[in-house]
Amino acid sequence: MTEQKKKEKIPRQKMPEQDPAVRARNFAEVPCGYTPELAQLEARRCLQCKKPKCRDGCPVEIEIPNFIALIAEGDFAGAARKLKERNSLPAVCGRVCPQEDQCEKLCIVGKKDEPVAIGRLERFAADWERERGKLFIPPKAPPTGKKVAVVGAGPAGLTVAGDLILQGHDVTIFEALHQAGGVLVYGIPEFRLPKKIVQYEIDYLQKLGVDLKLNHVIGKIITADELLQEFDAVFLGLGAGLPQFMNIPGENLCNIYSANEYLTRSNLMKAYLFPEYDTPVARGRQVAVIGAGNVAMDSARTALRLGAEQVRIVYRRSRAEMPARLEEIHHAEEEGLQFHFLTAPIKCIGNEDGWVTGMECIRMELGEPDASGRRRPIPLQGSEFMMACDLLVIAIGAGANPLLANATPGLELNKWGYIVARDENGATSKPAVWAGGDIVTGSATVILAMGAGRKAANAIHRYLTNR
Amino acid sequence: MFRILETREMAQGTVFQFLVAAPLIARKTLPGQFVLLRVNETGERMPLTIADRDPAAGTITLIFQVVGKTTALMSTLKAGDCLTDVVGPLGKPTHIERLGTVVCVGGGTGIAVLYPITRAFKESGNHVISILGARSKGLLILEKEMRAVSDELLITTDDGTCGEHGFVTDVLRRLLTDRSDIKLITATGPVLMMKFVSLLAREFGVPSMASLNSIMVDGTGMCGACRVTVGGKTKFACVDGPEFDGAHIDYDELIKRQRAYLNEERVSLDSFTLKAKKGAGHD
Repeated sequence: MTEQKKKEKIPRQKMPEQDPAVRARNFAEVPCGYTPELAQLEARRCLQCKKPKCRDGCPVEIEIPNFIALIAEGDFAGAARKLKERNSLPAVCGRVCPQEDQCEKLCIVGKKDEPVAIGRLERFAADWERERGKLFIPPKAPPTGKKVAVVGAGPAGLTVAGDLILQGHDVTIFEALHQAGGVLVYGIPEFRLPKKIVQYEIDYLQKLGVDLKLNHVIGKIITADELLQEFDAVFLGLGAGLPQFMNIPGENLCNIYSANEYLTRSNLMKAYLFPEYDTPVARGRQVAVIGAGNVAMDSARTALRLGAEQVRIVYRRSRAEMPARLEEIHHAEEEGLQFHFLTAPIKCIGNEDGWVTGMECIRMELGEPDASGRRRPIPLQGSEFMMACDLLVIAIGAGANPLLANATPGLELNKWGYIVARDENGATSKPAVWAGGDIVTGSATVILAMGAGRKAANAIHRYLTNR
Repeated sequence: MFRILETREMAQGTVFQFLVAAPLIARKTLPGQFVLLRVNETGERMPLTIADRDPAAGTITLIFQVVGKTTALMSTLKAGDCLTDVVGPLGKPTHIERLGTVVCVGGGTGIAVLYPITRAFKESGNHVISILGARSKGLLILEKEMRAVSDELLITTDDGTCGEHGFVTDVLRRLLTDRSDIKLITATGPVLMMKFVSLLAREFGVPSMASLNSIMVDGTGMCGACRVTVGGKTKFACVDGPEFDGAHIDYDELIKRQRAYLNEERVSLDSFTLKAKKGAGHD
């Protein structure tokens, strides 16, 4: 008892970070990670609960107290191995999971004090293993002779591939882009998730024997039905790859981007290194980003790093409704982004050559809660005003990309075009086809997609072994 | 990696034809579809229409004009070299049906796009009249191939060095005036040419289609770089097109969007040319 009380006295350890003024102009990662000393100190804050609540908050059910205990003991390689038992992408999740809404939210220490920094510890252990090249390759089950096709090399697909290859199945991933990783490579910027980390995780899967086929747009080069002829099961982890626009006049002016395009140019195509890399991206001086989710924060912070003098986040609701993670909002504010709440564009204005010069906005007030439970924004008549900008990024969400669905008869979709999952494991209306991640739930998080992948992988394994 | 099996210089060294090994793409390609390619690891994703394919040999034919850095770099590649990435076939295939008389209008490198479409119209039993336009005789491509798949072939050059002196629209206007049996006009080429062909078609009440060469990034409907206004609605050229009803395309917007990266394209090409010169100096 006294021992435990003493543990709680250690304050939650901060992670060293790049100075905001410096980092706002570079693409290097913002937090620098724990040192071994900091990690062990933080790990000692864990109460090692007999019935750990934190684990219930983890979509892939990592044995959280166990890996933290290994860090406290100084067995960092053991901690990394423990993580890998349940999570094939710990270095990624330690960085981009919303821990504050998951494991850390349920941490008992967090009831009186700040919760144990589970995410930072996860990141530390995974980084320690990677940086020392001490990659542990877990043993694989004997070959089953069953073949599984995974469509989409994003978080859901990578999890399915990692789980099923260990069960002894033959796994092939088909990825539409020229690089694997999905949103981890095209969406999340380098300063939040260095691409070499993603590549390391992909290399790991390939070392396990996963066959990765890039440049394969399923539905075009091969249909889903053709895959079913060659494979015993198919997993669809397509993501939510359809940008939403505002459908207001002037939206097709030059220098108006969907967040998908803006981030894909900068991240996947490395436009921030133009002209060393060939793909350009507009470098605005006065940038406006519409929306207030993580993607909006990523876009705004990218614009800053690409040399913008002023970056505004324009959001139709108020601060309380912002969907972005607190940490991201905090980082964005430190870097000098400006927030314009209760404001919505109603028209984009351009010059005669077709370049955006600004937008007409209207002020909003919040009314009764809508279907999402958030208070509905209502325009205030007569409050129109002009906001100048030379670059506009629209980050108001993504929908279901219909490309594969259009080419797949018999695949049941809901009214928004997302694939209908018939059970909690992602079984679809087509036999031997499962789906998971954003293409089922709509835009969510990396870890939820991974959780869906885990469940689908278990179901696929049962299906393949019972046949 | 996608191996280049043959290269051929066309049109005075400004247009090149590559035969590329891409068996899966060759198997699925239909007229009007395109690929996106990346020449190397630092390259951009560039759309190119598939000018031809041979499923038996597992090859596709790509034709490009040297206009910027990527195409300049491609023009230095030889048979045996590889393109890092080729993804496709993308876009909706051309809607081909037996209509009667169809006019196929192509300008410049757009003739490469037009060729498989023309052949498909011919093969499905249409009377095909093709009009090809080029700045000059030496820049005219695929004349022989187009002649083989057309019932009538008319040529115009801006300088009169081949065929009629003038523009494709001059010939098209005459055709539309002379005959009333034209059921469809399909146009591929520079945006301005497609715009005036579409205007002319509308003037005579004939349906028209145009294949758009919008700027693209992913080519699968993920980014919206290629958005174009058609009939007042925003469409994505990569997945909703690349062909649209010519009468309803907002060409003026398209022309402006095509120019969005002119400065960057110049910077990119200049630095490439400079490096090429320096490289030559060291030899």
